[in-house]
Amino acid sequence: METPSNALTNTPKLADRAYNIRRNALRMGEVQGQGYIAQALDISDVLAVAYFHAMRYRPEDPSWQGRDRFLLSNGHYAIALYAALIEAGIVPEEELETYGSDESRLPMSGMASYTPGMEMSGGSLGLGLSIAVGMGLGLKRKKSEARVYTLFSDGELDEGSVWEAIQSAGHYKLDNLIGIVDVNNQQADGPSTQVMAFEPLVDKLQAFGWFAQRIDGNDLDAVVAAFDAAKSHPQPKPRMIVADTLMGKGVPFLEQREKNHFIRVEQHEWQLALAALEAGRQA
Amino acid sequence: MKAIRSAPHPGRPRLTTSAMIASIAAEGQKTKPAPFGHALVELARRRPDVVGMTADLGKYTDLHIFVKEFPDRYYQMGMAEQLLFGAASGLAAEGFMPFATTYAVFASRRAYDFIHQTIAEEDRNVKIVCALPGLTSGYGPSHQAAEDLALFRAMPNMTVIDPCDAHEIEQLVPAIAAHQGPVYTRLLRGQVPVVLDEYDYKFELGKAKLIRDGKDALVVASGIMTMRALEAAQTLKRDNVDIAVLHVPTIKPLDTETILREAGKPGRLVVVAENHTTIGGLGEAIAALLMRSGVHPPFRQIALPDEFLDAGALPTLHDRYGISTAEVARRIKQWL
Repeated sequence: METPSNALTNTPKLADRAYNIRRNALRMGEVQGQGYIAQALDISDVLAVAYFHAMRYRPEDPSWQGRDRFLLSNGHYAIALYAALIEAGIVPEEELETYGSDESRLPMSGMASYTPGMEMSGGSLGLGLSIAVGMGLGLKRKKSEARVYTLFSDGELDEGSVWEAIQSAGHYKLDNLIGIVDVNNQQADGPSTQVMAFEPLVDKLQAFGWFAQRIDGNDLDAVVAAFDAAKSHPQPKPRMIVADTLMGKGVPFLEQREKNHFIRVEQHEWQLALAALEAGRQA
Repeated sequence: MKAIRSAPHPGRPRLTTSAMIASIAAEGQKTKPAPFGHALVELARRRPDVVGMTADLGKYTDLHIFVKEFPDRYYQMGMAEQLLFGAASGLAAEGFMPFATTYAVFASRRAYDFIHQTIAEEDRNVKIVCALPGLTSGYGPSHQAAEDLALFRAMPNMTVIDPCDAHEIEQLVPAIAAHQGPVYTRLLRGQVPVVLDEYDYKFELGKAKLIRDGKDALVVASGIMTMRALEAAQTLKRDNVDIAVLHVPTIKPLDTETILREAGKPGRLVVVAENHTTIGGLGEAIAALLMRSGVHPPFRQIALPDEFLDAGALPTLHDRYGISTAEVARRIKQWL
């Protein structure tokens, strides 16, 4: 017996979801005064489509066996996923105030043992796709229809283990595995493409036996189409969505900020950021 | 920088480095083939959740026995240990019990972070089974896992086992399956000596067992060093030296009660013998336990030195580094 998520198929409603996820993330960022806010803003459209269009889950039962698994490999994006889990009703909204605080279920870096709906402990990078391969194999063993979604970052492509997993997913023809790589071209030491060249990414993935698509990850229609194509692709291949995104998306003064890998935002700026987000929504 | 070795003296007879698949059994010793592989097959017949995984070392970890019997329950992950343990975590998350095999060096050194984060931190039910423990290969430091016990002891949630022989390996397979949580066990593979059957021994997870009693010294040992201690005890008996042997296959959690009871008996030298560096293994674990508990017997360690070990033939190396039967007996006698 499957319960679909409270799936909405029309883009304007997804835009509301993406807005709410961004707003939740900014409100959590305000609790700490700093954080991976630019990444949360860039990936909110993808999360909105994942949680409100593509995935099956039961908000009241986050470990329901039939759920689609969502692995956050880049654990430092936890603030973004918490924002989505709150919007999806998996984490109560009041816990937003506890983000990154003592006794909180929402630590700064995402961990499975802390947060309902969190499937893995990230933080150390390049772990997610390996776990996803095992989960994909396990779901097939169980003849489950569930899928494994794994979000990771372009910086993680530097890790050899990511390529071990990409190679094995192709080998095992894991058509229940959907990877999403957030290409925001920003990692700890600077632009990802300069830290370690990883292009041409789609060509490489295809050569490894994947069905790969490249999209504007902040274009909701394109994101919806990519998830739909990934789910319905007829060939027995793992699927990757290469999503080009804009750091700070939705808050213009953060989009333009240099060195936005880890952002410190002054107290007064949080209200400015929320106002800018709201203004963008009405525009 | 290490100096390059000088050329060997011509004409001197030399042992050759054992082949990778070579057994640690002595000439004429009673052995069993592939005890882990056969025990895993037995277990898998009862437990449909058991799956086997390896990183291109199925034949060298006795997993090929399982593969032959259950080809559809086996995952070859290629020569990729990080992936092996990440994927094992994923299969465990879906309710399966992976037995993931490789060499001890690769699990402990190459995939440590993956085991730490994806298995131990999430308390996933993965059994990590690793061949070539300590000094059981003549291939040099690349294959000699002298540090694995120290590393895995330090990892929270991890149960750590160092079995002695084929008899024990057969018994530990169902025992670790019955334990919910991650386990690291060393593995002896190929033709594995059988020793403990003659002592009416039964493996129990977390338990140390007194294999033989004696009044002059207590040897506390794990892994193949229990075998060596028992052989040394036979040798020393001829010289009227009476040695007790306490076998401690579970390195973590330690059976503190039994160890303190035996080590606390007055008038005995306590010698800890292990196939592992002196740093961070059984010897230091027991030394710390004794100090914390106020039990202070005369104490000695038999273990591998804190250095990169030589390549060469195993019997030569075991003598050189003091873990052969003759060396164990000689040292104990010298200390008494």
